[in-house]
Amino acid sequence: MERFQIKESPVTYDVIVIGSGAGGGMAVHELTKAGAKVCLLEAGQHYDPADPKYITQLKWSYESPRRGAGTRYRPFGDFDAAYGGWDIEGEPYTTKDNTKFRWFRSRMLGGRTNHWGRISLRFGPQDFKRKSIDGLGDDWPIGYEDVAPFYDEVDKLIGVFGSVENLPNDPDSIFLPPPKPRLHEHLLLKGNKNLGIKTIPSRLSILTKAINDERGTCFYCNQCNRSCIAYADFSSSSCLCKPAMKTLNLGVIYFAMAREVLTDPQTGLANGVSYVDTQTMEEKTVRGRIVVLAASACESARLLLNSKSARFPEGLANSSGVVGKYLHDSTGSSRGAIVPMLFDRKRYNEDGVGGMHVYSPWWLDNKKLDFPRGYHIEYWGGMGMPAYGFGWGIENVNGMFPDRKGATREAGGYGASLKDDYRHFYGAYIGMGGRGEAIAREDNYCEIDPEKVDKFGIPVLRFHYKWSDYERLQAKHMHQTFEQIIHELGGIPLSPTPTAEQDYGLNLPGEIIHEVGTIRMGDDPNKSALNKWQQAHDVKNLFVVDAAPFVSQGDKNCTWTILALSMRASRYIVEERKAGRL
Amino acid sequence: MKRRDVLKGISLSALGLAGLNPQVKAAELADEVANNKDPEFKQFGRTEYEKMRDAKLFAEQFFNPHEMKTISVLVDIIIPRDERSGSATEAGVPEFIEFMAKDKPDFQTPLRGGLGWIDNEAQKRFGKVFVDITPAQRIEIVEDIAYPERKKPGMSHGVVFFSLMRNLTASGFWSSKIGMADIGYQGNTPNTWDGVPEEVLRQYGLG
Repeated sequence: MERFQIKESPVTYDVIVIGSGAGGGMAVHELTKAGAKVCLLEAGQHYDPADPKYITQLKWSYESPRRGAGTRYRPFGDFDAAYGGWDIEGEPYTTKDNTKFRWFRSRMLGGRTNHWGRISLRFGPQDFKRKSIDGLGDDWPIGYEDVAPFYDEVDKLIGVFGSVENLPNDPDSIFLPPPKPRLHEHLLLKGNKNLGIKTIPSRLSILTKAINDERGTCFYCNQCNRSCIAYADFSSSSCLCKPAMKTLNLGVIYFAMAREVLTDPQTGLANGVSYVDTQTMEEKTVRGRIVVLAASACESARLLLNSKSARFPEGLANSSGVVGKYLHDSTGSSRGAIVPMLFDRKRYNEDGVGGMHVYSPWWLDNKKLDFPRGYHIEYWGGMGMPAYGFGWGIENVNGMFPDRKGATREAGGYGASLKDDYRHFYGAYIGMGGRGEAIAREDNYCEIDPEKVDKFGIPVLRFHYKWSDYERLQAKHMHQTFEQIIHELGGIPLSPTPTAEQDYGLNLPGEIIHEVGTIRMGDDPNKSALNKWQQAHDVKNLFVVDAAPFVSQGDKNCTWTILALSMRASRYIVEERKAGRL
Repeated sequence: MKRRDVLKGISLSALGLAGLNPQVKAAELADEVANNKDPEFKQFGRTEYEKMRDAKLFAEQFFNPHEMKTISVLVDIIIPRDERSGSATEAGVPEFIEFMAKDKPDFQTPLRGGLGWIDNEAQKRFGKVFVDITPAQRIEIVEDIAYPERKKPGMSHGVVFFSLMRNLTASGFWSSKIGMADIGYQGNTPNTWDGVPEEVLRQYGLG
């Protein structure tokens, strides 16, 4: 069943789901479980992290001729489990008005969930009602209480570790035990306590305990970005699509690049999807009674905007004109440091889970600050596996410290003393990154480029995106915080404080890969494309279950909320269908 | 203990069942990954396109034999053999740099140009190319380009080249088998993480 591929669609499916990432995976999981016959369109290839031909986990850096360096095809490194990247051959995107936007795509079963950081944070009650708090953006048409039962179910179905903290806007999940801190994380806990920066066990969807007999438990190799042979980390491919395939209710069509959602000109209802078979370049059609978009926030918006017809001249489900607008990514900025007290560390296996063992949820009150929304801080460091880039730039560091005999070094160098410097500094580097909430704005958007098409002949997206002072001042605050944290550890930042001209070190929009907001939900059909069930106002059998429906991002990562909302929308589809309304 | 046994141990204690669960399958796979018995494992999860591209890069040669020889001399000046481990050439660094020049073509001009710069400098000073001068003469040149803050007039291009060589050499050496053994990396193997060892916590006043 896993390799089952449909050549042509002989049947009309109950539901067609486009995209197999977090949102699509959850939709096929829930819908097939309820007995629906579902067709899943995936633009990329099959992927199973436990199939030898895909395994990169537990490989050594030297098994890669580039020692794990990134390529155009694996920008996050040669072992990273994401096929695709920022720059996919034949699948361009454009920008206008000097926008710099970067768009990461994965062309594979499970999409971007195969390599992501597994940071699994619930949105808090305030995250759904920001306009009521600070007057900016919009409130969601739903509140935390609407999503909470689904967060609970996602916790139990997928598993997440963490600690019960009872914080007002960072709700606890049903947690598995968190891993103990690494050494630099112990030091951060201590230092941040002195500074009043709340720092707690991280919340990652990695199994520190078994939750079922389909998935194994973590064996602490630090490589979740390579996707786990024991399925001990969450990825949509392993944890959602695979069980859905076992129901025999799912047909997967790989290499299916969706072109348009098709509609019945009489009823205006969606009745299928046309797609290009990327292997043969043939145009194909699959028919279904309900269409669920989960192609990612930008790709789903592109699909709707490209689905034009006499009845829907501005694109499907777009009578409000909001499709593509309110695009926003998390803000991001980061800083590295070297911590002399960690020089010449005792060696032991400090791999731990993939990612940080502690983090700092937003701990301040924006009413007392000059920017409206918060951020959380992620940390890294430790005695990791040396790979491409190891020791790079030592000439900027080694002149700052005496050697282990107390003698002054000169920056740079060569030979035995240089060789020893690398040993001396190993495990003494730390880093931290802020991930914050940007304000959703109508004038940050993606639209259809009027001229360019991709290699399949599908018109491509064009981005227009600017940061405002809300985000810039937030990034400025991040660096003030980072410097306090580094100073408290007796460390030295590896780069100077970013300036206003450098947008205070803000990453380019898109680079944090948390794009949301392009097909937003709301109660008013003039200001939103979807209702509170993520059902199109204009087309009742069309749903969107990726991050496009988000009204605002929150100072969290979006995946756990995508999963909970997709589960909620899928249950709604099942109920509506049973009630004969769909 | 073999990594397979460690993994199985985890599964038995966590689940109380063996033979049916993914932990056991993972254990078998981890063993296969470690021993590379199956040709599928040797290609470390490459896509078809990546396999093709890597094969093509391996079939090409960017540096000529003279350049390769110069690279070998330079990387062993940067990371020589010492009492702890072997040298950069013993760790395969020249082959790694050759591959990187093809994999990231932006390296090609700075590397080829830098090799030309250093030969020219050797010619000017000693009338021979870099590999043909004496070890002491080589060090005389290296001393002028290995310390960026000295800012010796006329040496800035050499300094930039040497920093690039130093960084590539470090990447290639420490990510090699002998480099990892030297630096004491102990991970990339199934284990149970139970926190920082007690004596280390005490050392940092965290016990």
